[in-house]
Amino acid sequence: MATTSISFTETPLLNLVLRRADDALILGHRLSKWCGHAPMVEEDIALANIALDLIGQARSLYDYAARIDDSGFTEDHFAYRRDEHQYRNCLLVEQPNGDFAATVVRQVLFSAFMDLYWRETMKSRDETLAAIAAKAEKETAYHLRHSGEWLIRLGDGTDESHARAQEALDELWAYTGELFETDETERAVIESGVTPDVGSRQESWQKRIEPILREATLKIPSAPFMHTGGRSGRHSEHLGYILADLQYLQRAHPEAVW
Amino acid sequence: MSTLAELDTEDDLVARARAAIEEVCDPEIPVLTIADLGVLRSVEVTADGEIEVAITPTYSGCPAMDVIGFDIKTALAKTGIDNARVRQVLSPAWTTDWMSEAGKAKLRAYGIAPPAGRASRRALFGEESIACSHCGSHETEKVSEFGSTACKALWRCKICREPFDYFKCI
Repeated sequence: MATTSISFTETPLLNLVLRRADDALILGHRLSKWCGHAPMVEEDIALANIALDLIGQARSLYDYAARIDDSGFTEDHFAYRRDEHQYRNCLLVEQPNGDFAATVVRQVLFSAFMDLYWRETMKSRDETLAAIAAKAEKETAYHLRHSGEWLIRLGDGTDESHARAQEALDELWAYTGELFETDETERAVIESGVTPDVGSRQESWQKRIEPILREATLKIPSAPFMHTGGRSGRHSEHLGYILADLQYLQRAHPEAVW
Repeated sequence: MSTLAELDTEDDLVARARAAIEEVCDPEIPVLTIADLGVLRSVEVTADGEIEVAITPTYSGCPAMDVIGFDIKTALAKTGIDNARVRQVLSPAWTTDWMSEAGKAKLRAYGIAPPAGRASRRALFGEESIACSHCGSHETEKVSEFGSTACKALWRCKICREPFDYFKCI
């Protein structure tokens, strides 16, 4: 019974599926930490439910990853037995929860991106991805509506809530550039019609969030610097701590089941 | 080639299996069967003579799926069918439009407001008008977009003052 990390051949399709799966798992894990700690019970339930949707999406995607890889690994191997450098999530989702405003801002920025992404991926030539997209699209639209309404409430709320929301936006904006990066690996699956070209979707994304920010009286920061690296396994220090927490049980007691 | 007699048996088997499976209830909303919910997609006999049941999740992370799978196998075992397989299908994606009218009536009687209208993006981002599941008034307000399970939201009636669950329209 091995506790070591798995190794596998990362084809462009597998790489793409892991990018989506890792985004969903890491953000789902982050959000689950709010359970029992949210500012009010309704929000406690909401964040736990959003986390559940994301972890559900991650499971479908890891299951597909295991089938693509076809060497006997399961969804759990991909979630629990890869190291930081094998994780393909964007840096935005691994950023700490911070205060409630930071969690809401992160959720708006990410959900608006995924809402666009899943809607287009419903037309993917890859049947499995299209099926996962059709489910995830509805959930993501609901997450966007929910977090968008909260951001308006916070931004257009008290001086304190406005200041915190603006501070979170200033901080997290620098992680949004990465969402629209494509590389050579992804180019292969864009050209075969498996995934939309996110590189050309930044404007649509900004149009989606601008009305929310306007109503929230928040300003888009002018951030010339954008962080990057997550898609190729170069993560912030936060991911290691997340994985230590997430993977401990499976590394200590491999193949443990409920 | 199958003989006519074998085909008859196969049909009988599917009918027997289906009758048993249609009685299986959702563990989180026990007033609805999985057929009412639209979660039960198909019951078939495979080439090797096994019963294969296809179910679809309401939400990607619906924790009830494992229990539903187990309950299906238990229901089949009670009618003497031991060699059943339960498969999850994602496509086409489940929508509240698949809930039967009988199912919606059962939900209302149970105290949960059924999904209002048809599922669409416009419906999601537009104004919602939900009838109170207790008194029927439309003078209601949303308390929380998420409720006790992934598929429900929490509402409150301004007339009878009672809170109620609403089965989200997606």
